[in-house]
Amino acid sequence: MRALLGLLLAAWTASAALAVEPGERLDDPALEARARAISAELRCLVCQNQSLDDSNAELAHDLRVLIRERLKAGDSDEQVRQYLVRRYGDFILLKPPLQPDTYLLWFGPFALLLLGAAGVALYLRRRGRAAETPPAPLTPEERRKLAKLLAEDR
Amino acid sequence: MPLRRLLFLLPAAAFAGLLGYFVAALLNAERRDPSELPSAMLDQPAPDFALEGLGDKPGFARGDLAGQVVLVNFFASWCLPCKAEHPLLTRLAAAAGVPLYGVDYKDKPADAERFLGQYGSPFRAVGVDPGGRLGIDFGITGVPETFLIDKSGKIRFHRAQPLTPEAIDKEILPLIRALQQS
Amino acid sequence: MIAELGHFALALALMLALVQSVAPLIGAQRGHPGLMALGGGTAIAQFALVALAFAALAHAYVTSDFSLATVAENSHSTKPLLYKITGVWGNHEGSMVLWVLILTLFGAAVAWFGTALPPDLRARVLSVQGMIGAAFLAFILFTSNPFLRLSPAPPDGQGMNPVLQDIGLAIHPPFLYLGYVGFSVAFAFAVAALIEGRVDAAWARWVRPWTLAAWCALTVGIALGSWWAYYTLGWGGWWYWDPVENASFMPWLVGTALLHSAVVVEKRDALKTWTILLAILTFALSLVGTFLVRSGVLISVHAFAVDPARGAFILVLLAVAIGAPLILYAIRAPGFQGGGIFAPISREGALILNNLLLTVAASTVFFGTLWPLFLDAMGGGKLSVGFPFFNWTFVPLMVPLLLAIPLGPLLGWKRGDLLSAMQRLSVAAGAALVAAIAVAAVASPAHALATAGLALAAWIGAGSLAEWAERVQLLRLPLPTTLARARQLPRSAYGMTLAHLGVAVTVAGIAASAWEQERIEIMHPGESLAIAGYEARLDKVEPVEGPNYTADRATFRVTRDGALVATMRPERRLFTVQRMPTTFTAIHSDLLSDFYLVLGEGDGKGGWTVRIYQKPLVPWIWLGCMAMALGGLVSLSDRRWRVGSAVRSRRAAAAAPGD
Repeated sequence: MRALLGLLLAAWTASAALAVEPGERLDDPALEARARAISAELRCLVCQNQSLDDSNAELAHDLRVLIRERLKAGDSDEQVRQYLVRRYGDFILLKPPLQPDTYLLWFGPFALLLLGAAGVALYLRRRGRAAETPPAPLTPEERRKLAKLLAEDR
Repeated sequence: MPLRRLLFLLPAAAFAGLLGYFVAALLNAERRDPSELPSAMLDQPAPDFALEGLGDKPGFARGDLAGQVVLVNFFASWCLPCKAEHPLLTRLAAAAGVPLYGVDYKDKPADAERFLGQYGSPFRAVGVDPGGRLGIDFGITGVPETFLIDKSGKIRFHRAQPLTPEAIDKEILPLIRALQQS
Repeated sequence: MIAELGHFALALALMLALVQSVAPLIGAQRGHPGLMALGGGTAIAQFALVALAFAALAHAYVTSDFSLATVAENSHSTKPLLYKITGVWGNHEGSMVLWVLILTLFGAAVAWFGTALPPDLRARVLSVQGMIGAAFLAFILFTSNPFLRLSPAPPDGQGMNPVLQDIGLAIHPPFLYLGYVGFSVAFAFAVAALIEGRVDAAWARWVRPWTLAAWCALTVGIALGSWWAYYTLGWGGWWYWDPVENASFMPWLVGTALLHSAVVVEKRDALKTWTILLAILTFALSLVGTFLVRSGVLISVHAFAVDPARGAFILVLLAVAIGAPLILYAIRAPGFQGGGIFAPISREGALILNNLLLTVAASTVFFGTLWPLFLDAMGGGKLSVGFPFFNWTFVPLMVPLLLAIPLGPLLGWKRGDLLSAMQRLSVAAGAALVAAIAVAAVASPAHALATAGLALAAWIGAGSLAEWAERVQLLRLPLPTTLARARQLPRSAYGMTLAHLGVAVTVAGIAASAWEQERIEIMHPGESLAIAGYEARLDKVEPVEGPNYTADRATFRVTRDGALVATMRPERRLFTVQRMPTTFTAIHSDLLSDFYLVLGEGDGKGGWTVRIYQKPLVPWIWLGCMAMALGGLVSLSDRRWRVGSAVRSRRAAAAAPGD
């Protein structure tokens, strides 16, 4: 059932070596899971665009070990992050912090959605109104003209 | 309705804003290299540390730096740009008039001793950081990196690239003079 | 000699492009048939010249002519022929020539197949194509000339990076460019319509096939890129929200909106200004994307400024190419008469929702990608905007859109009955519920989102099939009647169903990534690792020699319940050129899941670090994309798009003016 098409895709391309190494791992699976989650959201500072969890750079290795040490020492996830931010700045966070100067970034998409939705609603309402406005009733002048025309027609 | 016409102008206006940003980005790039990371350690107190020295020579600790303006340079024997930077570092140490301390980062002490023996040591003292922990505490991402610490122990300058004559003459030396006077 | 010919051909093409930009436009404004017709000839000639230039460049690569600077930088005599050829576009200069080649190809295609177009529309479209071509040809000739010679010519090239000799990496740029550049046709049609001051159903019928073709190509290009990253980078990720990926994703999102919006223009003569704007924006995003990526603006503005001339040229090009149409839009678009009236709950309404959500999603990606750049430009320090941002903003925007996919086609034009549509989808809703419950029963609560994702996929898939069943009245009419109806359904209907099914498949693949399993261990030969019901036994690790590398090759036997599933041989190569060891993953796929093996470092004592992944449904991510592209192709083959034949026969019957 599983091997429907036993395709052997030996995919040959370059990649870096492994990232998290067995030797780095903590024995406590809960702490290790936290360490992995934290490093996945931190930037490898000497790579193009990778997380600490994905990178095999030496600095990434050092920081991964450091994260695990801090967790073993009892730090919370946020404390570990702040420990690194104090040294490397917000740049190391892959998730931009939610603070006044990033409100536009974080809330922008939804603000844009609301604005767009409002615009669409206005547009639809205006079209609907234009369609449904009945023509103004005939003025007395127009009614006399109409009567005259109808009389001529007979 | 005039409002309607204004709405149609919105995309063009937004694009004009975007272009403005691109132009600003281009001009900004010509002023300063945007690939360099702004240091998070500026104006922060230097971390506390006590380092062993090379061989049987003494290392140094944070307490040794107190009360004076000091330069701290992270280097390693395996680092090619450090070799290239070395003569400039020597020149800086001579011209600065302030002590220069070296931290040997993730290196073997024997290799570092050989390196300094071969090229000369501009350092007042050298401490070893074999695990790279002090480097992390200083917020470095590699070597060579150079720091300037003021009399109160705060980091006032952090250069994450090798030294250049312009950096020395235009940034470091003037800052040293300013810090000396305060 | 041949290179000089190529260079000359490019220069000639530029001249022709300039003529094509001006003459047909004047012809259209003045109603001069001769000038208008000139556009067709110049477009075809331009394509021939650029093809010649491209051939000359390819010739230089194939014959390893290192007197050309680009060939010396990017090729090597020992490169396999295939990679010598694909190396033509594997660098900035060559890829720009490919870009212009595809642009002129589309221009020539419009000239060739567009003989049934009203001559003034055709002339204006070709004129705009000519302007774009002229700008790019000028860019190539003045800042990125591939035919520059080196004197003296080096004995061999420097382009021996084995990392780049990969078929996936090699063929994905042409597909991407077919997509990016293909959208220039819709763009040209939009600008032509603005100049003309008119958008009607016929215009939309003309725009649709070109947009579909470009969209299909871009879908394939993005899927190939993602798949390449997956098997290359060694930890099984397939989307990183990397600026380069985002640059291709944004035109795709807006292009999808354009595709759907054009339907409304065609069927209901409404949403004209929206569609024009989308056509301009899609190509604008292609342009911005192309340049941002190759100029290095996104990673570091420094690269942009390395050659200030190039950076300024690009900026001026962008300003004119995007700014001018947008200003024209502001002036002309308000004058377009809104067409059919419709209620908010209707197919038009659903397509407006589609437009809105896709456009906002694209802006979100745009913001996230460019925020660090803008912040830095304003001196606000450096910030990273990585995948967590996009996951938190993009995904919630997509959910309502995905939910609406089965509903939209079931709503009537003008006024739709939502309740009735939902009733007709009750089976699909049931399927989604069953899927949700079935998965939730075996999955952990931590994977609630992924379970919801699978339910969503079931909803979309079953809903798309329900719509088809409704159209052929499956089970409500006798089978022969149903089959007859199915045969008579237009191909575009099948295209839509197939594409929407593709979306369901991709969503399922993405959702299932929550259940992937990973094991990282140090293994010795003879040891086994159990993962996800499989057992992977490391038989041996042996040194092997390749033509330009030495490697350690591990042989794994993967079994399931004792039966052999695959023999896999991941490698860790050390190329003589590079000194970094590079790992080559081994992947076994049965199209329902992937078994992914990476060999890491040895500890020198017979132990090797091994990383094993079992990834359920991951192949569906790309299979779904292929289904989407196939759906687009099926739609494209709909006979109704061959407008030429219909109009031609009508012309034969009566001398009525073209609509």
